[in-house]
Amino acid sequence: MIKWLDVYKAFGEKKVLDGFTLDVHEGEAVVIIGYSGAGKSVAIKHVVGLLEPDRGTIEVDDKDVPTLPRKELYELRAHIGYVFQFAALFDSMTIGDNVAMGLRKRGELSESEIAQRVGETLELVDLPDVQQQYPAELSGGMRKRVGIARAVALRPKYILYDEPTTGLDPVTSAVIDELMIRMREKLGVTSVVITHDMRSAYRVGSRIAMLYEGRVRQVGTVQEIQQSKDPIVRQFIEGRATLEDGESHSPTKPGAAIAGGATARGGGRV
Amino acid sequence: MAQIMNVIEATGRWVRFRIEEAGRAGRFIEEAARATVSLRSWFPNATLQMRRLGVDSLPIGLLIAVFTGIVLALLASYSFTGAVPLYFVGTLVEKTITLELAPVLTGLALAGRVGANIAAELGTMRVTEQVDALETLAYDPDAYLVVPRVFAGTLMFPLIVGVAMIVGLGAGWLASIGFLQLSTDEFLKGARMFYTAFDVEYGLVKAASFGFAVTLIGCYKGLRARGGAEGVGNAATAAVVYSAVMILVLDAFWAMTWLHGRS
Repeated sequence: MIKWLDVYKAFGEKKVLDGFTLDVHEGEAVVIIGYSGAGKSVAIKHVVGLLEPDRGTIEVDDKDVPTLPRKELYELRAHIGYVFQFAALFDSMTIGDNVAMGLRKRGELSESEIAQRVGETLELVDLPDVQQQYPAELSGGMRKRVGIARAVALRPKYILYDEPTTGLDPVTSAVIDELMIRMREKLGVTSVVITHDMRSAYRVGSRIAMLYEGRVRQVGTVQEIQQSKDPIVRQFIEGRATLEDGESHSPTKPGAAIAGGATARGGGRV
Repeated sequence: MAQIMNVIEATGRWVRFRIEEAGRAGRFIEEAARATVSLRSWFPNATLQMRRLGVDSLPIGLLIAVFTGIVLALLASYSFTGAVPLYFVGTLVEKTITLELAPVLTGLALAGRVGANIAAELGTMRVTEQVDALETLAYDPDAYLVVPRVFAGTLMFPLIVGVAMIVGLGAGWLASIGFLQLSTDEFLKGARMFYTAFDVEYGLVKAASFGFAVTLIGCYKGLRARGGAEGVGNAATAAVVYSAVMILVLDAFWAMTWLHGRS
């Protein structure tokens, strides 16, 4: 189970998370929606300890992530796959080596077993023939699929998807959605998906949470969100520029996201 | 009054920023030192870095050495103006190359090549979230990225400088016999006259300290890069500038603490 409890995070004067609370139960696919800059990526970076909260707790399987010693944090990370918004593939390595990175670090498999696992995982994302290619030789959609393959190669318990369909055409987005559903069904992983693509959210989510002004505005099943009476939620899911009463509404609060910015451990102090 | 307050505020901000930066740099060094314990994490990568930072940098080091050797021989001959026996050209070339010019000029050139390369590479990895990706795959970026580079730099800089010393002396000798009509025996007589093993030891230790500083600064600036291409460019520039300054500071430091007082 992943649990954010009253999490606060600010970058300088900008409050990004302001009492964020959410539970993700095992086997679920929880989709976090919200405006660009609402803090969605910041929220999931806390789960793997890439950011530390100013206040509040983040628990994964009852372990308080911010207080974990480094060694235990790395052990925990081995059970969490993270799919980055722009895939974040290691561009100096082949696709095969990218997918094998986590397996090599774990050190449990021989090189032949790693090669077999890499092949299986790339087949799982429908990319059986790209092992020897480099990330720069692939399309955006293919890179995202490799990102998913790299995350699932370790057979993690949880996968965090950071805007997996952003910037992709509708057909490729649908392929990625199908992949996320397949990962959940075939591997039984618990997923947290960040997106502002509502079609994707309805397709992959078992529950949807809307993050607004640093906290969860509403959380519920797909149907509950679709039937929401909350004007802010309605405006977002219907993609309107104004609220239902015609009042203009600025979605930028509580501050622009710094998702790719400072990280706490390893990253934040460098 | 308002203007005075503005100046005080600006000074305060500047001092605070510098103190924070020093704190961050201190923590970075501490974390990198801690990461050296995990030999299995960084050693396999170190050999690759030794080739990239060391072997691939050899041509630039040698090119500098060749021209430095030639110029030094001609400069010495010009300065002596007949008042000093010409075989002292060998003395001047040997002393200057080994004690100062091979380490410092090579160090400055490598500050550009190696420092900028590291900062740009790690900076790009930082802004494209590859460093975060490493962390999520349970890799320690200090052990995987920083330690192999610093180790390779500290080990390979003296090697390049050592070769540069030999090549620089060789170029000085060729220039002496080619342009100054000095015989090989005379050049060697001058070169041996005041030679001590300390000259080489001093130059190589200095080179190791330059390698350590250049790679550490490159890693620090690269991993601190923010904000896309501009941030990476700024990191690379800062790495070169800080590395060059640090080389000159270290050069003075070694002269004051180790060279000074020896005779």
